Amino acid sequence: MSDASPKTRSALQPPLLDRLGAQLPKLVLAPTFAVSLFFVYGFIGWTAWLSLSKSRLLPNYDWAGLSQYVRLFENHRWWVAAENLFIFGGLFIAFAMVIGLILAIFLDQRIRVEGAIRTIYLYPMALSLIVTGVVWQWMLNPDLGLTSVMHSLGFSGFQFDWIIDRNMAIYAIVIAAVWQASGFVMALFLAGLRGVDDAVFKAAQVDGASLPRIYWRIVIPSLRPVFFSALIILAHIAIKSFDLIKAMTNGGPGYSTDVPATFMYTFAYTRGQLGMGAAAAMMMLMAVLALIIPYLYSELRGGRNG
Amino acid sequence: MAEVVQKDGRWYLYRGLTYLVLLAAAAYFLIPLWIMFSTSFKSLAEIRNSTLLALPQDWTLSAWHDAWSRAQIGASGHAGLVDYFWNSVRIVVPAVVLSTAIGAINGYALTKWRFRGANLLFGMLLLGAFVPYQVFLLPMSQVLGTLGVAGSITGLVMVHTIYGLAFTTLFFRNFYVAVPDELVNAAKIDGAGFFRTFWRIILPISGPIVVVTVIWQFTQIWNDFLFGLVFSSSDSQPITVALNNLVNTSTGVKRYNVDMAAAIIAALPTLVVYVLAGKYFVRGLTAGSVKG
Repeated sequence: MSDASPKTRSALQPPLLDRLGAQLPKLVLAPTFAVSLFFVYGFIGWTAWLSLSKSRLLPNYDWAGLSQYVRLFENHRWWVAAENLFIFGGLFIAFAMVIGLILAIFLDQRIRVEGAIRTIYLYPMALSLIVTGVVWQWMLNPDLGLTSVMHSLGFSGFQFDWIIDRNMAIYAIVIAAVWQASGFVMALFLAGLRGVDDAVFKAAQVDGASLPRIYWRIVIPSLRPVFFSALIILAHIAIKSFDLIKAMTNGGPGYSTDVPATFMYTFAYTRGQLGMGAAAAMMMLMAVLALIIPYLYSELRGGRNG
Repeated sequence: MAEVVQKDGRWYLYRGLTYLVLLAAAAYFLIPLWIMFSTSFKSLAEIRNSTLLALPQDWTLSAWHDAWSRAQIGASGHAGLVDYFWNSVRIVVPAVVLSTAIGAINGYALTKWRFRGANLLFGMLLLGAFVPYQVFLLPMSQVLGTLGVAGSITGLVMVHTIYGLAFTTLFFRNFYVAVPDELVNAAKIDGAGFFRTFWRIILPISGPIVVVTVIWQFTQIWNDFLFGLVFSSSDSQPITVALNNLVNTSTGVKRYNVDMAAAIIAALPTLVVYVLAGKYFVRGLTAGSVKG
């Protein structure tokens, strides 16, 4: 503001209220800007600082260099959590994408009750992951769940106890996570399929190509941007996975289904290891950034060109 | 979709198979819901003696009664989910109203009163929306403690409002970008100011996006577990945390019927909203899907 200069005091100077009015949009956005700066970017810095401090049970801002990260990397449980994230994330993304794509293709064949079917496929996304976890924990119950159904059908040797098996429990969580998200992936692919020109099908059929072949060779490759978005969204969901694991196994048996998010919570809040918890949180942030920055970059560039 | 060729035997076979696959998938999605309901109406004895998928022989509401107002939850003094249900309501309503209102004004200011730095601010908000919440937990505990709202409903309202802003602003911005500038410029020429233009011109056409945003925020905050777990005390826990405690930390015999009734109670508000306004929910989902 240059109120002091004589020029702005000319007769043309708008009244104070108008000048205030011109600043209003900025004034209105200022609180959000401040909140974002402090509660998002400030907190990232704060957590980064904690991860470089000597904090244990209480915050302690004495510099400790990378020693919390060293302790993290020397902790076997962290590597179990990291490995689980790769197993869980990889399978979750692969199955949700394949099921979502198949359902979208089948639903794109001029189906009579498409709206109703879509509603059914998507309702799990409206549920809390705690609810999903509680239900699947019950269905996968080794005695009374799926096992009892198979026994009643005559398969008396059938045993399904993944949820209490430390080597298999993470796969049980994949089953529930895929159930929750595949309808959503279907919706993404369906939107993509609706953008495919009918002429593509007609031209290919004139050439004598069969429907599965048209999908495999022409339609699915043209959905590449949707694959890309779905991949980013699902990977982001996987990295942040917490609720479902808490509800289904609480990280167990032992810590065999720990993931970075549950590891961070356990160490920061029940083990009194704030510094290590902060270091785990920073590792999660870095994983997300490695995923998101190239994505946002390509999106923004694409937006400008288009 | 392609024009399908002549309706011969093969055509009918393919149609039949298509519907078969779609129905099988519908069953796959619906079976857990079915099991939740049927289990919640069975007695414990019946659960042990019947199979998962069977309909209840003797329908009983006692599991529902227990889940709502009698079951012991963790070590708290609250019986049943009823108090936690109302906690969730008391968290969700103010947080949804605040974050939606601020998001609307933000989106309007960002698109219709463009100024230098608007895109930077928006980019900042957007990038922040991707950050895993784990990064915010430890500093937020400290800040809530300093403000004297640790473990309170007020604290949770604050947290949900703050971390909802990026999404509400994003929704409204993307909606208002498509609103013609002429509409606003005409009002400006007539001498209407910032708020007057918003109130008279923008708000009346914002119905759909308000519905999308409210539904999105309602679902997200009602279903939140992490913030509820970390920032609540035993008197302010939301229903998701109570449900998890009921199912996973109670002692004694596991009562699956009570667990299922409790799960339905926790799921019902968002399910009802989904059934009534699914179209708007899906629009929010595709627009706000970064949140996970």
